[in-house]
Amino acid sequence: MTAVRCIDLCKTYRQGDQDIKALDHLSVDIEKGEFVCLMSPSGGGKTTLLNAIGGLDIPDSGEVWIAGERIDQMSKGQLADLRLANIGFVFQAYNLIPVLTAQENVEFVMQIQGVPAAERHDKSFAILQEVGLKGLETRRPAEMSGGQQQRVAVARAIVSRPELVLADEPTANLDSKTSAELMELFTELNEHHNTTFVIATHDRRVQAYAKRLVRMLDGRIVDDIEQHAA
Amino acid sequence: MRMFVVLSRLAWRYLWRNHRRTIVMLSAIAVGAWAMIFMTALTRGMVDQMIVDGISVIPGHVQIHDPDYLDDPSINNRVAYSDAELAARFEDLDRVAWAARVRVPAVVTSERESRGVTLLGIDPEAERSFSFIDYDAVDGRFLEGPDDNGIVLGAKLADTLETRVGKRVVVMSQDPENEIADRGFRVVGLFHAEMEATEESLAFVGKRTAQKMLRIGDSVTEVAFVGDDYRDVEPLYSKVVERVDDAVQVSRWTEVDTYLGTMMGMMDGFMLIWVIVIFLALSFGLVNTLVMAVFERIREIGLMLALGMKPAMILGQIIIESMMLLSVGLLIGDVLAWATIKPLEGGIDISIVAKGMEMFGASSVLYPNLDVDDVILANVVVLVLGFFASLSPAWRASRYEPVEAITKV
Ligand SMILES: Nc1ncnc2c1ncn2[C@@H]1O[C@H](COP(=O)(O)OP(=O)(O)O)[C@@H](O)[C@H]1O
Ligand SMILES: [Mg+2]
Repeated sequence: MTAVRCIDLCKTYRQGDQDIKALDHLSVDIEKGEFVCLMSPSGGGKTTLLNAIGGLDIPDSGEVWIAGERIDQMSKGQLADLRLANIGFVFQAYNLIPVLTAQENVEFVMQIQGVPAAERHDKSFAILQEVGLKGLETRRPAEMSGGQQQRVAVARAIVSRPELVLADEPTANLDSKTSAELMELFTELNEHHNTTFVIATHDRRVQAYAKRLVRMLDGRIVDDIEQHAA
Repeated sequence: MRMFVVLSRLAWRYLWRNHRRTIVMLSAIAVGAWAMIFMTALTRGMVDQMIVDGISVIPGHVQIHDPDYLDDPSINNRVAYSDAELAARFEDLDRVAWAARVRVPAVVTSERESRGVTLLGIDPEAERSFSFIDYDAVDGRFLEGPDDNGIVLGAKLADTLETRVGKRVVVMSQDPENEIADRGFRVVGLFHAEMEATEESLAFVGKRTAQKMLRIGDSVTEVAFVGDDYRDVEPLYSKVVERVDDAVQVSRWTEVDTYLGTMMGMMDGFMLIWVIVIFLALSFGLVNTLVMAVFERIREIGLMLALGMKPAMILGQIIIESMMLLSVGLLIGDVLAWATIKPLEGGIDISIVAKGMEMFGASSVLYPNLDVDDVILANVVVLVLGFFASLSPAWRASRYEPVEAITKV
């Protein structure tokens, strides 16, 4: 089954008096269970594409289908439901709610989903341990390092086992060891739960884990290769 | 419900993120609520006092008259029942005092001056339970019975007439045939009242003496009843109505003294206006606080929307935050008001500023009256209006585009 289908997406931003094509007639299909890495230099359109797939941003033209449903025409409420039920996000710039503790941030999505408190607590506790944040459950984001915050964001994205995880530069603030651990975790989820991953990065260390590498430039796909784990 | 808990926790945390602003706003709300309630209690106390004083002049909570009397309070419009008939009709009234009296306009003339007054022919025993006059505190003596030949004047009136206890005055009025009815009286007593107006305008004589002077046999112009509570005269009113027929008209005191009645009716309206005016002042601060709180949180709101929160939940979160702020502020204000009013319930002496007030029928000791209904009114108005004031900032917050919020670095 096709998890993500993008057909002829265009998105143009105006910057000063010049138009920037963040997405330029881009089409791509991603099957369920794929582990895709979007690679490009900064400004290549990765974030714009992830936002379109996640229904956070509507492209100027083209179609976006998630799990067989067309989403670029959905209402805000429908999109919110879709994200809540199906998609785990790790955002590039801003991820955590500052007034909530690490554990509360992880529980946030489950809370809106209506997961019972005890289950929520157990799951968030376990996942924080998995991402190496045991003991930091009650810290607020401001009391954690950039890398720790990033891991909380990852924990939140995967804790309710979404079908699709969209991660924008998830290793940007992590050292090599932690980023390797994170990628291992992603790989494991991908293999055991058949979770679809789309990861935007320009980090070469991340590439190695990808089973499919999509290279972008100026809003277009310039290269799309399957690769087998090293 | 579950959502409510989630949103409440977020709202509460956000409220305390900016301590300073929240505390400033809480203080403003608390002071506002305090001012609403405190002023209301003072005004309520003042009006209550005016009414109590006023009723004791009328006096009575319910009265019966001839159907034409209120429009034309003339000696010709007398109550259709004789003394014996009145006694038969009202004897069985429980916990109700009643008295029949003659009330006519008259002129009192002393050796030097004359003044228009309201002449009341009364049975002092029947009136004892609801008269504002303390019979024992009268200079000289009070009337001793319906046949007393003396007259009791207000102390102020006696001053104006330049007369005193022991002197004689002439009282002049009209009989039913429009003939002059007059009689000489010896001043036997001078009474004191809270209000100058009362002291200046009332003269008491024996009921039967008045009836003889006015040549009206044993008839009276009004019968007055006093029940438990002047605020709620309906039970008394219906009891009296049950016992009379069409020959007379039964009125509540608010209908007899329309000035006081209107006053009492206006009171509630006044409270509401006062509360709303203070709220309007508060609402600027409130809306401003919310707008700030939303503005500095654009990215977080965007993030929540991106994670799957619906716009309605953002709306709810901001409104809950506002309601929390208001509730806590109100609570502090209520306690503050209670703590400041309670010690003053014994009365505040405002005689320094009260000279002018007596003219309007206010007395010089103010008894603040903390009415639970007024407190509830103030709180409800603030919460309800606060809710509406919060809608616009909350609505704006819920309209943010998640992507703009989260991609800004
Ligand atoms: N909100 C925006 N307004 C104007 N230009 C934007 C906006 N978002 C992205 N862009 C531009 O679109 C292009 C693609 O950006 P982006 O998708 O963030 O690339 P990447 O994530 O690969 O770095 C860039 O040139 C960027 O400057
Ligand atoms: Mg990017």
